[in-house]
Amino acid sequence: MTTPRISIEGLTKYYGEVLVLDDVNLAVAPHEVVCLIGASGSGKSTLLRCINLLSEFDYGTISLDGVSVEDPIWGRNGLYRRVGIVFQAYNLFPHLSVIQNITLAPLKVHKTAKQEALATARELLAAFGMAEFENAYPEQLSGGQQQRVAIVRALATRPEVLLLDEVTAALDPELVGEVLAIIRRLKTEGMTMIIVTHEMGFARDVADRVCFLADGRIMEEARPEALFSAPQHPRTQKFLQRIIEAGRL
Amino acid sequence: MTTGTVPETKTTAADPDMGSRRTPPPPRKKTLTATERYVPSVISIAMVLIVFGLVAQVVTSAEQWPRIARQFFDLGAMATAFPNVLRGFWINVQVWAVCLFSIMVWGLVLALMRSLTGPWFAPLRVFVVLYVDLFRGLPVLLLVLIFGFGIPALNLPGLPNSALFWGATAMVLSYSAYTSEIYRSGIEAVHDGQRAAAKALGLSQWQAMLYAILPQAIRNVIPVHLNLAVALQKDVALLSVIGVRDAVREAQIYTGMTFNYSSLIAAALLFLVATIPMARLTDYIAKKDRQRRLMGAL
Ligand SMILES: Nc1ncnc2c1ncn2[C@@H]1O[C@H](COP(=O)(O)OP(=O)(O)OP(=O)(O)O)[C@@H](O)[C@H]1O
Ligand SMILES: [Mg+2]
Repeated sequence: MTTPRISIEGLTKYYGEVLVLDDVNLAVAPHEVVCLIGASGSGKSTLLRCINLLSEFDYGTISLDGVSVEDPIWGRNGLYRRVGIVFQAYNLFPHLSVIQNITLAPLKVHKTAKQEALATARELLAAFGMAEFENAYPEQLSGGQQQRVAIVRALATRPEVLLLDEVTAALDPELVGEVLAIIRRLKTEGMTMIIVTHEMGFARDVADRVCFLADGRIMEEARPEALFSAPQHPRTQKFLQRIIEAGRL
Repeated sequence: MTTGTVPETKTTAADPDMGSRRTPPPPRKKTLTATERYVPSVISIAMVLIVFGLVAQVVTSAEQWPRIARQFFDLGAMATAFPNVLRGFWINVQVWAVCLFSIMVWGLVLALMRSLTGPWFAPLRVFVVLYVDLFRGLPVLLLVLIFGFGIPALNLPGLPNSALFWGATAMVLSYSAYTSEIYRSGIEAVHDGQRAAAKALGLSQWQAMLYAILPQAIRNVIPVHLNLAVALQKDVALLSVIGVRDAVREAQIYTGMTFNYSSLIAAALLFLVATIPMARLTDYIAKKDRQRRLMGAL
């Protein structure tokens, strides 16, 4: 078996006295797309943020290509070049234009030559239909456009892994599609992705594997067809039942 | 209420899904009749004139008024004192500009020291906390007196010996305690998601501050700092107590020689000429800033 791209073993995290991640184990193969689903507060975001050390964790290890993400060998620019993240709230820098947002990390962190950074940024913007907005500021863009820029920003260093935390949750329904289409395309291009989502239809469609989280544990993981049509764990059944009642599946 | 004249409606033939519905035309500015247009202004002006006129009437009818008018509003005395007062005021302006610049820079340095995380920087953080407590807790006037009289008397080798320099230093030390707190609040007001985004892009703590957080923080606090700049413009006059020949000092010298206070009024007018436009600018920028935030909140 090849080394998993991302491997999480025994990941445990407390916020004070509250256990938010409880012995999470997950291995993600190169080019695999894993969707994390689960109720609010089940620890999905925290799990994602542990992977690129935005959150500290108490026990367990997370490895990228077999090397712990906490290993100093990565350095900042190593880990963050290989693992990109996109947030629900876009988190674009409001004082920087689209192109400046995208080239900030390549220029300042990775010391890419300016011409090269600009060329990469423009190429990505064009690929995602945002070429004409390179000099716009985030506040001048729609939510969907901002999220596309945020995705481009995360892709600017050509990462191998992309972490997506409810990237469509803040969008108007008619804008959700354009962002999901991009993620589907990234999958066809072979991007390894861990996706937190409430869009069950999308998860079923794009995921190679779906993990259901509850109380900081992965209660069930399976191929999407299996998990959505024949959930094994009672918690999963209950969760999906509620989703169906809410008309979201 | 007016019924503004309804303009002729032109149906736009190009509109595809108009159907039988007639789109109402864009509302045209109501045309006001002459009465409606001018009556409110006339009333406003009349009210202002009446109220202020009454006040003036009361003041000038006071028994002592002629003497006061001679002592404070003597145009001849003002004109005589004016060149010196103006020269003094130029000093105010220069001291103000230099102090303002130093305060903004030093305050920022303090705020940055305070925002450093990690055990190595604990001494810096403690220093800033103590500094702010000390200089915010003392009246500026007291600091100016202590620095302006005390330090030159020490005759420290290698350091300037002028009261002006040390008085200005006192102002900078005192004001920068406030500005550092203002910067800090601006830094803290930047949303956590911005920090997370900066970190996730691989920016170091320092780079995140420089490229992501600080530009937003500074933009957040510009209106507050402008208010401080106006306050500083007036507080520079405190330096007159340690003998700096600023506008107030020059005016006092004239008063001392002639027992006429009109020079003080001349100095007052100069201060107003400088501070009122600044206050207006501050209001304008604060309004712009509010609009920007409202836009951002949508
Ligand atoms: N900074 C924090 N301090 C304390 N507790 C926190 C903090 N952040 C998250 N938590 C707690 O950790 C738990 C997991 O939170 P997390 O954000 O990972 O959930 P989630 O599954 O992403 O939920 P959602 O679907 O609402 O985004 C929650 O109970 C939350 O209250
Ligand atoms: Mg979350």
